[in-house]
Amino acid sequence: MAKGLTVRDLSFDYGPKRALDRVSFALDQGMFCALLGPNGAGKSTLVSLMTRLLVAPEGDISIAGHDLRHAPRQALAELGVVFQQPTLDLNLTVRQNLSYFAALHGLPASEVDGRIDMALGQLDMSERAGEKVGKLNGGHRRRMELARALLHQPKVLLLDEPTVGLDAAARHAITDHVHALAKDGMSVLWTTHLTDEVRDDDHLLVLHQGRILADGTTGELRGNAKLSDWFLDQTKVAS
Amino acid sequence: MNGFGRVALAIISREFLRYVHQRERFIAALVRPLVWLLIFAAGFRATLGLSIIPPYQTYITYETYIVPGLCAMVLLFNGMQSSLSLVYDREMGSMRLLLTSPFPRWWLLFCRLFGATAISILQVYTFLIIAALFGIKMPTVGYIAVLPALVLAGLMLGALGLVLSSLIKQLENFAGVMNFVIFPMFFMSSALYPLWRIGESSPLLRDICALNPFTYAVELIRFSLYLQINWIALAWVLVSAFILSAVALWGYEPSRGLMKRKV
Repeated sequence: MAKGLTVRDLSFDYGPKRALDRVSFALDQGMFCALLGPNGAGKSTLVSLMTRLLVAPEGDISIAGHDLRHAPRQALAELGVVFQQPTLDLNLTVRQNLSYFAALHGLPASEVDGRIDMALGQLDMSERAGEKVGKLNGGHRRRMELARALLHQPKVLLLDEPTVGLDAAARHAITDHVHALAKDGMSVLWTTHLTDEVRDDDHLLVLHQGRILADGTTGELRGNAKLSDWFLDQTKVAS
Repeated sequence: MNGFGRVALAIISREFLRYVHQRERFIAALVRPLVWLLIFAAGFRATLGLSIIPPYQTYITYETYIVPGLCAMVLLFNGMQSSLSLVYDREMGSMRLLLTSPFPRWWLLFCRLFGATAISILQVYTFLIIAALFGIKMPTVGYIAVLPALVLAGLMLGALGLVLSSLIKQLENFAGVMNFVIFPMFFMSSALYPLWRIGESSPLLRDICALNPFTYAVELIRFSLYLQINWIALAWVLVSAFILSAVALWGYEPSRGLMKRKV
């Protein structure tokens, strides 16, 4: 079993509607994987299942070798998540927000300040530590979400459309940083519907109508076609 | 302190910080019972005569009678307010942060419930101090003796708020649900008038009021303020708190249908 993220035969229904249909994939340690899918493909459901906000009746999820169903504490302790929705309290400062998250993960008080300084430093946010989150711009808030997700030093990082609403420079800064994290050994699953965020050497999963349509290296999958054209063709054929 | 303690401290302090940032909430929570006490009760004291019933050993003014009910009212409104902020948190995304913590969900929800109850109790004591300044005083030791009753009643009403927050799909639906919960609970109880008085007008209504857990929260507080324990009220509050907490946990269980619509 890969020590990164493994999803096997995962299915989920909302009443009569099937949202995910026997989804399986595996991410090795240090792999950057883009999960590309149009709106309504099932990406958010997959994220909810991987974060245990929902539990699927069928299928298994393993995070850094820990089964999410049978050992949720160990599995969630190894998972960092950047949700599509903001999770920060706008009335609190950056440091207060991060301290709250550190406590939710049970980090020892003696380590918290050091970890916050390190996480903020890596994202060039050190000088913002005392500012209220409500006063930060959109790019800084997303960077802070990333700093928060890294605070407990997870082995697997899950990002659900993390660049929504950001300008080009902020998007680049975040994608570059997350690629660097993958190079350092973190397994990264990056969900998006924007093809320009995916690089040729990234691993690519295409999710459409709850099923995995493609699983491989982006450059090999798209061949000579532009990724956006190839992606449209894939989803058209499947529809 | 171990991880469970740190999580509890973080969630409770966050509730306090959030509360400090919402001064208007503090004022609203105080104005409401004070209006009832200083305006409603003053107007009705002549109309609503009260006989001597336990725990009272002498005739009391109407203002004195409704103080425990108004303490419970503060707890009830705060329980609902906490439920509202849970629904808000879910829409804003911060609920995801809480629920994806590696700690057990029951512990996370209990900490949240306990934090909200602690704030409610702070408000109750502020109300009691203001009432005392207006001359509506309880036995001195009663102010301390009532604390466990406030904790239990606060946890029960907070658990009710948790249940409602797990049922309510969107923030917009909240006001409607509140009308069907707060007002019937408050008015169909012994908060404003003793049950025997209600029974004079409608025995059926009295029987309904006697099934309302809020009635027992009020009576538990009333007896505690006079250094007595109403065992029936205590049992009702404990059982209600247990059942409501179990339903709330069920509502927030990830494999249950209730969560499916909202995350």
